[in-house]
Amino acid sequence: MARFAPDTLATALEIISRYPVPKSAVIPLCHLAQEQDGWLTPEAMTHIAELVGVESAEVLGTASFYEMLKLEPVGRYLVNICTQLPCMLLGADELLEHAAHTLGIHPGQTTADGVFTLEGAECQAACTEAPCLQVNYRYFHRVTHDEVDQIVADLRATGRTTVPTKSGDTGDIPPHGTLARIRQHIPADTRAGNALPNRNIEPAWLSPPEPAANTTGGS
Amino acid sequence: MPEASPDAAPEAPPGVPVTIDGKELLAKPGELLIAAAERHGVYIPRFCYHPRMAPVGMCRMCLVEVDTGRGPALQPSCMLTVAEGMKVDTLSERTKKAQEGILEFLLINHPLDCPVCDKGGECPLQDQTLAYGPGESRFVEEKRHYRKPIPISDLVLLDRERCILCDRCTRFAKDVAGDPLIHFIGRGASTQVNTFPDLPFSSYFSGNTVEICPVGALTAKPYRFRARPWDLEEVESTCQGCAVGCSITVQSSRNRVLRYMGVDNDATNWGWLCDRGRFGFEAVNSEDRLGSPLVRRGGQLEQGQWSQALAQAAAAISSALDDGGPTTIGVIGGARLTNESQYAWARLLKGVIGTDNVDAQLGDGLPAELVLGLPRATINDACTPGGTIIVMGPDPKERLGALYLRLRHAIVNDHARLIEVGHSPSGLSHLATATLLGQPGELASLAASLVGDGEHAGLIGDGPVTVILGRPALTSDPLDVAAAATTLAAALPEARFLGALSRANVFGALDMGLAPGLLPGRVDLDGGRDTFTSAWGAVPAAKGLDTAGVLAAAADGRLSVLVLLGADPVADFPDRALAEAALAGAGTVIAIDQFLTPSSSAAHIVFPAAGMAEVSGSTTNIEGRVLPVAQKVTPPGTARSDWMIAAELSRRLGHDLGLETLEGIWDEIRTVSAPHAAIERPGRDGTLAVGSSLTAPTTTAPTVAPPEPATLRLVVRRTMYDAATLTAHSPSLAGLTPEAVVRLHPEDFARLGVAEGAPVRLTSVATGADVQLAARADTGVPRGAAVAVANLPGIELNRLLVAGAPVTDIRVDRI
Amino acid sequence: MAPPVVKLLSSRWDDPNSHTLDSYRDAGGYVALRKALTSTPTELHDLVKRATLLGRGGAGFPAGIKWGFTPPGKFPRYLVVNGDESEVGTYKDRPLMEREPHQLIEGCIIACYAAGLSQCFLYVRGEMALAQERIAGALNEAYAAGFIGKDILGSNFSVDICLHWGAGAYIVGEETALIESLEGNRGMPRLKPPYFPAAIGLYGQPTIVNNIETLSNLPWLINNGVDAYKQYGSETSPGTRLFAISGHVNRPGIYEVQQGITTFRDLIYDDEFCQGIRGGRELKMFIPGGGSAPWFFPEHVDLPLEARPVGAAGSMLGSGAIVIMDDTVDAVAACLRIVRFFAGESCGKCTPCREGTSWLETILRRILDGQGRPEDIDALMDIGDNISPGPYPAASFEAEGLAAVPFPPKQTTICPLGPSAVAPIVSTVRRFRHEFEAKITRRRSIPVTSLSVGGSPLEAATHA
Ligand SMILES: Cc1cc2nc3c(=O)[nH]c(=O)nc-3n(C[C@H](O)[C@H](O)[C@H](O)COP(=O)(O)O)c2cc1C
Ligand code: SF4
Ligand code: FES
Repeated sequence: MARFAPDTLATALEIISRYPVPKSAVIPLCHLAQEQDGWLTPEAMTHIAELVGVESAEVLGTASFYEMLKLEPVGRYLVNICTQLPCMLLGADELLEHAAHTLGIHPGQTTADGVFTLEGAECQAACTEAPCLQVNYRYFHRVTHDEVDQIVADLRATGRTTVPTKSGDTGDIPPHGTLARIRQHIPADTRAGNALPNRNIEPAWLSPPEPAANTTGGS
Repeated sequence: MPEASPDAAPEAPPGVPVTIDGKELLAKPGELLIAAAERHGVYIPRFCYHPRMAPVGMCRMCLVEVDTGRGPALQPSCMLTVAEGMKVDTLSERTKKAQEGILEFLLINHPLDCPVCDKGGECPLQDQTLAYGPGESRFVEEKRHYRKPIPISDLVLLDRERCILCDRCTRFAKDVAGDPLIHFIGRGASTQVNTFPDLPFSSYFSGNTVEICPVGALTAKPYRFRARPWDLEEVESTCQGCAVGCSITVQSSRNRVLRYMGVDNDATNWGWLCDRGRFGFEAVNSEDRLGSPLVRRGGQLEQGQWSQALAQAAAAISSALDDGGPTTIGVIGGARLTNESQYAWARLLKGVIGTDNVDAQLGDGLPAELVLGLPRATINDACTPGGTIIVMGPDPKERLGALYLRLRHAIVNDHARLIEVGHSPSGLSHLATATLLGQPGELASLAASLVGDGEHAGLIGDGPVTVILGRPALTSDPLDVAAAATTLAAALPEARFLGALSRANVFGALDMGLAPGLLPGRVDLDGGRDTFTSAWGAVPAAKGLDTAGVLAAAADGRLSVLVLLGADPVADFPDRALAEAALAGAGTVIAIDQFLTPSSSAAHIVFPAAGMAEVSGSTTNIEGRVLPVAQKVTPPGTARSDWMIAAELSRRLGHDLGLETLEGIWDEIRTVSAPHAAIERPGRDGTLAVGSSLTAPTTTAPTVAPPEPATLRLVVRRTMYDAATLTAHSPSLAGLTPEAVVRLHPEDFARLGVAEGAPVRLTSVATGADVQLAARADTGVPRGAAVAVANLPGIELNRLLVAGAPVTDIRVDRI
Repeated sequence: MAPPVVKLLSSRWDDPNSHTLDSYRDAGGYVALRKALTSTPTELHDLVKRATLLGRGGAGFPAGIKWGFTPPGKFPRYLVVNGDESEVGTYKDRPLMEREPHQLIEGCIIACYAAGLSQCFLYVRGEMALAQERIAGALNEAYAAGFIGKDILGSNFSVDICLHWGAGAYIVGEETALIESLEGNRGMPRLKPPYFPAAIGLYGQPTIVNNIETLSNLPWLINNGVDAYKQYGSETSPGTRLFAISGHVNRPGIYEVQQGITTFRDLIYDDEFCQGIRGGRELKMFIPGGGSAPWFFPEHVDLPLEARPVGAAGSMLGSGAIVIMDDTVDAVAACLRIVRFFAGESCGKCTPCREGTSWLETILRRILDGQGRPEDIDALMDIGDNISPGPYPAASFEAEGLAAVPFPPKQTTICPLGPSAVAPIVSTVRRFRHEFEAKITRRRSIPVTSLSVGGSPLEAATHA
């Protein structure tokens, strides 16, 4: 399956509805497609193009610009080891080499069983906690070689790891493609509504100039 | 940002003083520095900048040192609007170093395979490297590699190694053509241009990307490896693919046309061409071109001599004149001819032979008095910023390609508002403020709803109004269109009309009198009687038959001679049975043509005509603009210009037209035609022939009965690539005809119980004839209508139509 | 002695529930919003101007002044919140998003009210799943509580905040690229002028782009007032700032410090902060403001954390990212690592950046692999000069008699990314040319390093 399934489609439409211009939803929808399929299939790109009213080539043009959108299948767990300077200074290259050895693959490759893809990554915004890595974009800080082995073994066995993720995540790691497990929902009755471009409507609270709190709300 | 429109600053000073390389000059307000410099003779090198597209400032080749008061700094001149007091140095050391640096960067991954590259010799990268480049490269690493070249459409190939990522083709595709089917893919140094997998760049305008590519990354299949630029000779001319009249250069080598290139004409095409026009040159070189006259002997067309064929034709005409008089002679066609040839034929037919049964339109156009009698608009009028464009005619994207590009630009960039009136959505519908669709027969009432206190009266904006007027479909009733035009013209006295007839020089034909009741110069028989009686000796007594009338007369055996002046009624006339019967029923059929068509192959005598790029003269576009046509190659065999055939026939009929040269013909046109009097010679950019003594007839809407419950009303549209003669004989285009389908509203689709893509039979209620097509559901089709495309190979859709019937109803059955 | 530590933004980071609405309200959350709604937008805007709230995204432009750049009478205006934090060494917006999402949201709402912004898009870096989760949860809570949406707290002020997330591209942190990305496009920067976001931004409309940390300051500022805010930091850089100090220090971490008066030395050596270089080793060099900043050396540690003196000294404070390198670090390897980053992250729009950065990377890699050629060092500098012409900003090197070249660099490109790749090269070649020379062999053979890209768009488009 590669086009959006019915319930995913409902989510997609909800996401689109939050933007004044539908094309803005392209990247979130690409993520949604990855959540469904694990990677961004051509069929999904075509479906996204239809939903936001652009050509498939435009969706591909956008998607191919961004590292996280995978145009070919990747493993269930994408292990990104940061090798940028702050992490390099504290052993990131060695950590990547160790992980490669443990998984038996080179960076950029996927294990034969399709469980792990290993990548060397750029700065992950965890520089003070070097060396660091992400599994499906869940952080692990100040990672030791043993911890890498442990994470690999745990995920292979159970899908959750006893090595705690370091920034409040639980040890559960959803399969590649799932990012936030909480979605934003704007309730229909309390939403302000999209501010459409080129309508040139001055915001109500800018005029009249009295303090807004003095006016009675919402008529 | 595009250059500011001239009306942006009404009180702006006459110019913006800037200093470029020490010289003070006046730039236009809002002008880009790169353009201002160029207008004053300072060429700043560039790759991504293109004057007809919004600048992106990507390639950085146009960096120059600019001082706006805070010290000199390198600035991209393609993105910089001139400002008062700006000091620009295009020759400084820093500018030079930057330019050398950019060229070095561009070349590090460029393959430098110039000796085998089509662009070699006319390559901006090559030229600018010579002029501005560093002596040598320090790059010793391996270059980027891609598989090369790859086809990105049926017409265009892409070599990604040569590409310098200037965003010209991709910008054109998205911003100009509205077909963003090629795109940047990837990022940084591995950015490439490509299509979506298995979704080719099938834009009607793809050839333009080849022309504007500043390197040899994009090449056109019809030209690839055919010639080196330095072997090409060229001449400026006007495309004859349709009636927009795009300026082109015809390029040839060794007496063979090798390509057409767009020329920027501010009034018309802005440099762009549609692919049908651009690649239609292949038909010129076709093996199937007629190179000698054909004469029917014992049922077979056989090669003959000019003298013999001319004698036979003259004899047939003479005896027709003797036996039944001029009304037993009918002539259809002539829209393919140059103005000069049209004039020669008009004079032969109306002045010498004396018949008025002459019609250049094939029952698919509009009454000439309507087209020439309404207040006319230019393309630039139609595209006025902030104006309203009402399109009630064929889909411009399918029929008048460059007009589509201009309209699209006006709507997208210049806040023009589009209102469509027709039977099915067009290539512009997604940009329209409103698309009012109805069945054939409902155009007049839709038009009425736009004006007065009609339902849609608010749609027309405050700015100038232009109506693009033609037949939305082959099955539109011309009276319905005329009534709609009457309504609009009456309610909007300031509105102007741009005729949307699409055959190459149909407007020239009308101006030269190749229409029943007309004489050259936009006058009717009575209005021109005095002038032309003295110029020609005689003019027809009364208005003659139009194409439908001519064919009907021929089919009835009332026509002794039927002349097909480059016309193929069997394929094109909206009643195939009548056209076939006419060919069978006419005494003698004389065809003047470049090819044997379904019609000309039924003729008794066929004269081979010279065509595009083989004749000189002029042509007239939809605006009434007279544009030059130039010869570049010699015609095949003994094929001749149409005017020479007319002159020759006339001589055989005992009458010397006295037309010896093109200049002589043009001078004669100027003396008899008021609209042309002021046009000394058809100039490079064209000149409008203005004025008309015709008035548009006032037409009231015919009433048509609604279709029977079990039937659907047929809408037959035309498309860019059909089986039209020139397209069919251009190998690169012939394969591009779309699949033959009939589109139905999903509800009708469901009601008929057909499956998507399943074959159905369309049966004409009137004639009982049928054709088979695949069915498609389409929400854009009005309920109760069936939309199909005319003249696709092997589908004789015009068999379902009856000439003159206001509507065509059909039954659709599952097979 | 370092100035005393005050935490205006980060005081609750240790609380595991700090991200919830209950916890935030217990700590006085959303009081500032109520207070703000009793003032006029103009009064609030004025307050922010007077506070000299400097942008924390890198350029350090005062937020109050930026808000005033929107053309009058052109609506709607949008707020785009820059949570794309990807600059090398930068780690301070993420904890603000993960641990104090309500503080951020409250700041966004106040900004929209004050600057008349009709819709807010909160753009979070794609790789930050937890931050997205926390903000989504907080937005849902805030909508339910009536802090966002229609007629907020009974006023006539209405605004939606739309959580948006990226997909991995550093350049999208640049504000015009951020807007392109938010429009669903490739994140390629637009040229300024004419595309200053405040004038022509999202969907062509006036748009304010502010950093996460900038906006997170607003609730405290509204609650406590301009005077209270200005008692911290220096006159020109009031308030506090979050700095991430990484690399070879004993106690790397994110520290909230008073701007302007704290020095690099305080941060690196003080007990409150990083407690010195690890293992008592020597400081060799440090990056004072993220990967884009030219490098400093031991003699520059007494500079204050203040934009002007740091700029005059040849670098920038940038995104509050300080990377410390001790004497074990190979200057060429460190340089290559940063150059690799910019080459990989170039959007590809400008010729010099697209072709130049990857060329620089290739040469550096060759030198490091022992395949360097003597002319390579000059080539590196000259290629750099073609991306960023003129003397490139650099720290002084008194031992060699080299004066500082002040920030910022010039550019032949649209945005500063390309020129940023020159920073590590000029910084290290100027200071450690001998290290480059030592790696360069006498061999002149030309190695083959293939940059080959695959055939199909899909092959080529994967960034494996
Ligand atoms: C290459 C580049 C990357 C940037 N990345 C970020 C970033 O990740 N986060 C950020 O807030 N600003 C970043 N900026 C700065 C933004 O362009 C912009 O100045 C900032 O978001 C404005 O917010 P502020 O005024 O609140 O600081 C970057 C700038 C450049 C040139
Ligand atoms: S400098 Fe680099 S990243 Fe910035 S716009 Fe140009 S190519 Fe893109
Ligand atoms: S022509 Fe100006 S940047 Fe390309």
